[in-house]
Amino acid sequence: MFPKGTKRKFSDPGEEPVSEEDQAPVTPSAAARTLTSAYSLQRQSLLDMSLIKLQLCHMLVEPNLCRSVLIANTVRQIQEEMTQDGTWQIMTQALAAAQCPADRLVATEVLCRQTDPAGQSPKPCSGAGLEEGYHAEEVVMEGDVETEVTMSTLSPVSPQLSSASYLAGPFGMGPCWEEEEEEDGECEEDEEEDSEECASESEEGDRDHLSPDTRTGEQVFGTFEIKHPAPPPDPALEELFSDVDPSYYDLDTVLTGMQSAPKMGPYDLLESLSSHGPTALSSSSSCRSDLNELDHIMEIIVGS
Amino acid sequence: MEEESDTRKINNSFLREHNYATEADIISTVEFNSSGELLATGDKGGRVVVFQREQESKSQPQRRGEYNVYSTFQSHEPEFDYLKSLEIEEKINKIKWLPQQNAAYFLLSTNDKTVKLWKISERDKRPEGYNLKDDDGRIRDPSTITSLRVPVLQPMDLMVEATARRVFSNAHMYHINSISVNSDYQTYISTDDLRVNLWNLEITDRSFNIVDIKPANMEELTEVITSAEFHPQQCHTFAYSSSKGSIRLCDMREAALCDKHCKYFEEPEDPSTRSFFSEIISSISDVKFSHNGRYLMTRDYLTVKVWDLQMENKPLETYQVHDYLRGKLCSLYENDCIFDKFECVWNGSDSVIMTGSYNNFFRMFDRNTKRDVTLEASRENSKPRAILKPRKVCVGGKRRKDEISVDSLDFSKKILHTTWHPHENIIAVAATNNLYIFQDKVN
Repeated sequence: MFPKGTKRKFSDPGEEPVSEEDQAPVTPSAAARTLTSAYSLQRQSLLDMSLIKLQLCHMLVEPNLCRSVLIANTVRQIQEEMTQDGTWQIMTQALAAAQCPADRLVATEVLCRQTDPAGQSPKPCSGAGLEEGYHAEEVVMEGDVETEVTMSTLSPVSPQLSSASYLAGPFGMGPCWEEEEEEDGECEEDEEEDSEECASESEEGDRDHLSPDTRTGEQVFGTFEIKHPAPPPDPALEELFSDVDPSYYDLDTVLTGMQSAPKMGPYDLLESLSSHGPTALSSSSSCRSDLNELDHIMEIIVGS
Repeated sequence: MEEESDTRKINNSFLREHNYATEADIISTVEFNSSGELLATGDKGGRVVVFQREQESKSQPQRRGEYNVYSTFQSHEPEFDYLKSLEIEEKINKIKWLPQQNAAYFLLSTNDKTVKLWKISERDKRPEGYNLKDDDGRIRDPSTITSLRVPVLQPMDLMVEATARRVFSNAHMYHINSISVNSDYQTYISTDDLRVNLWNLEITDRSFNIVDIKPANMEELTEVITSAEFHPQQCHTFAYSSSKGSIRLCDMREAALCDKHCKYFEEPEDPSTRSFFSEIISSISDVKFSHNGRYLMTRDYLTVKVWDLQMENKPLETYQVHDYLRGKLCSLYENDCIFDKFECVWNGSDSVIMTGSYNNFFRMFDRNTKRDVTLEASRENSKPRAILKPRKVCVGGKRRKDEISVDSLDFSKKILHTTWHPHENIIAVAATNNLYIFQDKVN
């Protein structure tokens, strides 16, 4: 898949960032390949980051609508581009086959960590990098458990694209969630705060901007620009969204942005993140959730 | 103030000396009234603090017109919407002064959902000597009342009272981002993410929805309203900005519902600078008419633009606020700074514009000379009455003395809200929980 070198420099905050040119010195074609794959990796990371942001938005009863719309539009744009260059099909196929690209999740983890205030503190005495990564995931999870009572309705993710599956799913609490909650009970309060801060443009989070690993990320994204005009909306994508049946949103949902049962879907990615945590899920289930999460972008907008 | 950026001297004074900083103290809006005599701030704790300019004294000419606290009141309280199971923050999103018509002052303040009209009035006399009540307000025994007394007004210590005169609620489903008083002084608009409502200042139980961009199907929502303002002279014209970087001018005479704009201002996208963040950084965070009503100013993430109302296809002027952040957009997206809503203001003569940046920096652009200056509002780097030094952000490799590199900018110190005195070169700058007032040097 992607060259490991690109990956490492992204996830290792201590390492000196290496520029793209330095990375691919061998042959022109190799250089081009590296650039292309680095670009798609960056795009993928941006997509992951955007989806996480959307889901954090979605946890709030009344999120900042402007922000969520802008993020959703960004996701649309990435999807359109991925659809055009064929990456989208490859990804959805891969997901359908339940083959999880492991590095995607790692990338997500890195991005997630970067928005985590605690993990970012420039203090030299802060914990090991690995721990920080886990911490970030817990933040996401905790925010989830704390803010959303209907979490108990979370059901194992169905690979189906139809959003009806979220409604039809059995309303039983997954054992992993219970365990998660108990284990993290002590630090729940802190982390709840953290996740709130993540979601609400906190002062803390902003200050973290200057930390070394963020800068590393920046380098990677330096060349991040669309090289061609935006493609027309993809019919396949439209079809994907058309599966969302608006009829199940009652008037109240649409008017007030209140969400009830249909809300559970978008947490799937968060659930998938927990596979890095103490209670590991199978990687296949976390992959499938990616499909559903995309299916739910529209839902998220409705939710806001 | 900025024309001679290196030599021109600017005094500053500190009005709020906070040694503590809680979330509630963060200033969320700042606004001069139409005479410049009063300055109001609103904060995240729902409080409004009004400052009044000191009368000039001949004995102390250096103390020219300092602003002192005049009145402080709790405008909004945290609320809970039981139907939606939703907390409504008390944070003051905007304050707008009404033109002064008598001895009292009036202002509108709004949080996410509710606009309130406040009356701020002075009282320095109180009536004494009632017939039926004693001075403590207790009813006197009627049998002891043997003669008729006429109450008299006695002088007392000056008291400034703030009273809520009107509460305009239940009209917004989404978050109110701006309010604007009409030049007819009778109506105002309140704007949320998807709708603009028109109110009469006297009537609280109904408003007219004049713009509604909410799609029938919320799945199709790709654009929101970010700000709206009335034209300063034409009471039928208002403008609103959108998250896609466009501005629409509407004429209320054409129809009751202004869904159709009469002018549409938008700059075509430059394909060479296009990125995934193009739309986000073009989202307009503030729109302001010039005092003369001829121009519109808009602020997006990286620039501030001046539009001529007669030219819709491109801005008249574009000023780079902090172009060195263009290469850092991914990090700024990651830490959500990219969604910060910077405001912009005109000076009294519409010749200079001002807007905020990060690291407690704010920028001024002179439209005539095309000169610009970066100034800093910080306690560490400036003392009261000291002269502000222009700051420079270093973009290239080598950093000169007195320059600050892009990587060491503090993104938690952002100047989002500023206001300019309507006639003089006095500005107020809100930096987190501090309010700075700067003015041209005396003499």
